[in-house]
Amino acid sequence: MPDLGPHAAFIWAAYTVTFVAVAGLVGLIVQDDRRQRQLLADLERQGITRRSAKPAAKPKPVEKKTRARKAKP
Amino acid sequence: MSLIDLANPSRFLALTARALPWLAAATVLAFAIGISQVYLAPDDYQQGATVKIMFIHVPAAWLGIFAWIVMSVAALGTLVWRHPLADVAAKTAAPIGATFTFLALVTGSLWGKPMWGTYWVWDARLTSMLVLFLLYLGLIALWQSIEEPGRAGRAAAILALVGFVNVPIIKFSVDWWNTLHQPASILRTGGPTIDPSLLTPLFVMAVGFTLLFVLLHLIAMRAEILRRRVHALRQVHVERAAAA
Repeated sequence: MPDLGPHAAFIWAAYTVTFVAVAGLVGLIVQDDRRQRQLLADLERQGITRRSAKPAAKPKPVEKKTRARKAKP
Repeated sequence: MSLIDLANPSRFLALTARALPWLAAATVLAFAIGISQVYLAPDDYQQGATVKIMFIHVPAAWLGIFAWIVMSVAALGTLVWRHPLADVAAKTAAPIGATFTFLALVTGSLWGKPMWGTYWVWDARLTSMLVLFLLYLGLIALWQSIEEPGRAGRAAAILALVGFVNVPIIKFSVDWWNTLHQPASILRTGGPTIDPSLLTPLFVMAVGFTLLFVLLHLIAMRAEILRRRVHALRQVHVERAAAA
């Protein structure tokens, strides 16, 4: 252990705060990533997928366009 | 590989899945080398061992500012180029940038007490860094307050660009005003004024912190893309259930 002199407490405090904050940030981000992957996998297991979101194309009934004939003068 | 190739979220997910293990290994390696160099670094002739705080304070401050620059570029991506991943990048950079800015403030205070005799002074550098931290909190709150991601992204992009004004203020605050904080000693014309025995560990730690930022940002972006997919799929499920 190196001799950190009379201000060792400040040095240890700075490194401890940094370690805790970075570890917390890494933990939160990695946990969030895992959670989202899990949720997506659960939905896909239930058959809810992005492709299935598109309903099968049904043939649209052809609308008959009728033009109003101009009445002959 | 151009930026437009990464515009497809599925392609982004595939590419980052391959890159993340390598990036994680490089981050661990950089920190292993950096921490061993910090351990072996000599004391400063004026600061003594307290100089070791600099090895975490300076990279944290750099990344606090760098994350805002990333968000500003992403803001242009949202507003100008309409890049599909731009607001994802901006949203996920904010908490990481806020954490590093918080660490810069705290480690700076812990260095200031033994060196300056006080934890805090309202000088331009410290105050502008505090403003940066508050801007991060405001941006995170803005994202949380608007439910629709598109609208939230545009509002946050405007705030990010407005807040960018603070970046040059932070950088040049030590030149423009008479501050207790020392002037630039690394990124300056004429080269760094720090001895190589202290500059090398600082550089390696800065590389480690930067790799950590990129790693966390990519993981957070992946999680955000998946969150939006989950949200979209749930909406589809509800709509289909209602139609049935």
